[in-house]
Amino acid sequence: MVFLVFLGIVGVKALVVFTVAMLIVAWGTWIERKVLGHVQLRYGPMRVGPHGLLQPIADGIKGFFKEEVIPDNADKPVFILAPIISIAAAVTLLVVIPFGPSITILGREITLYMTDLDIGILFVLGIATLGAYGGILGGWASGNKYGLIGGLRGSAQMISYELSMALAIISVVMLSGTLSLVGIVENQAGLWNIIRQPLAFILFIICGLAELNRTPFDMPEAEAELACGYNVEYSSIKFSLFFMAEYCHMFVFAALVTTLFLGGWHGPILPGVVWFFIKTFAVIFFCIWERSTFPRCRYDQVMKLGWKVLLPAGLLNIFVTGLVVILLT
Amino acid sequence: MSNRDYAVNVSGRRTQRGKIVLPLLKGLAYTLKNFFSKPITIQYPTQRREVRERWRGLHRLNVDGQGTLKCVACGLCAKICPPQAIRIVPYEEEGGTRFPKEFYIDEIRCIFCGFCQEACPVGAIELTKVYDYVDYDRQDFQFDITKLKDPEQFIFKGK
Repeated sequence: MVFLVFLGIVGVKALVVFTVAMLIVAWGTWIERKVLGHVQLRYGPMRVGPHGLLQPIADGIKGFFKEEVIPDNADKPVFILAPIISIAAAVTLLVVIPFGPSITILGREITLYMTDLDIGILFVLGIATLGAYGGILGGWASGNKYGLIGGLRGSAQMISYELSMALAIISVVMLSGTLSLVGIVENQAGLWNIIRQPLAFILFIICGLAELNRTPFDMPEAEAELACGYNVEYSSIKFSLFFMAEYCHMFVFAALVTTLFLGGWHGPILPGVVWFFIKTFAVIFFCIWERSTFPRCRYDQVMKLGWKVLLPAGLLNIFVTGLVVILLT
Repeated sequence: MSNRDYAVNVSGRRTQRGKIVLPLLKGLAYTLKNFFSKPITIQYPTQRREVRERWRGLHRLNVDGQGTLKCVACGLCAKICPPQAIRIVPYEEEGGTRFPKEFYIDEIRCIFCGFCQEACPVGAIELTKVYDYVDYDRQDFQFDITKLKDPEQFIFKGK
């Protein structure tokens, strides 16, 4: 009986988290188009529903009913598998995100996260990197030179930025003394990590944008030079899956920034979940805002920034953090 | 002067070290300012751009107080029309007035120069401000008298 109740709770939580995430993914595209539009002094989508609010549904239906093309010289199993890997990795990350503190329903304490893994942040790093395989394999299997180059660029970028990202996270872990995301949030009850670790915050944001393939670092899908890069041969629902994975990844990234640096669910007056989503959407807005502002870096500049600036900065940050931690204890 | 003097140094450092962060922040401030200012686009079928008083759009054949056409079918407009878009079949009653039996304007050929309006001695033909006539068939652009009498009905109002 106890086990069944446990299963039920986990199932309901999984369903709620997945649904909310997918809604955010769908309307994330709407938010992105709206913000980009207003930055460019346009309105963005306005026709489908009031202020274009039903646009994601229309886009989804269109995605389903488009013709699905698999190129002749594509590696068929890998070609089909790639978008699935992409979306699966992005969705899996939702498991460890702590959305809020525990609440009590019907006399039973319910935590607002699906699991509290002891190695939460390692899990995030591992699975997030796995998501990049989707792009790499997709580009490789398309049998298209643009796709291949896009995938290669994706892998090179992943290697150079994952490292600095991990270094930024390590300095946070050194302060909190735990790898669990819930533990990290609880550690920030007094002072948020953005104040204790400003350099790590900047590093994490930059590396995260590179990991998301967002604009200053959107090497794998540089439209102008690669004709959309790794997803050039994809159509119909497979393309939509790549797209959804990208936005799901963005949501997870925003949630991670909130968890690691912006104090997670901590905040005055409003309940924790509300604070969590306010902060998350602020980060998502930042992602779109900077996309509308910055041009794409040249490829060698991206690599230079990763290896010559971010990596030493991350190491220095760890060193300084270690010194301070030793001196204070 | 050697060839090297003409060479453009591509790989050299264009900006000074550390001078790149401030412009990036300036850019962010600029886009944020744009985000909070009002869009300048017009929501076309519901909102329309006001055109000038002398805008030259679709033609209208004016009628007098009794509802008959002012046109006397003199043919001056057809004569002056540079792309020869106007075709008139005149009709004259015995000892009576002269009026057009048929009056066609090919709105595809028309270049909207407004010469017909200037040439007309009785002010019968006039260019209106209607600028968004759409249709499916080339034949639909051969405007006859009934269409020419009321071009305002063709203002596009959306679905």
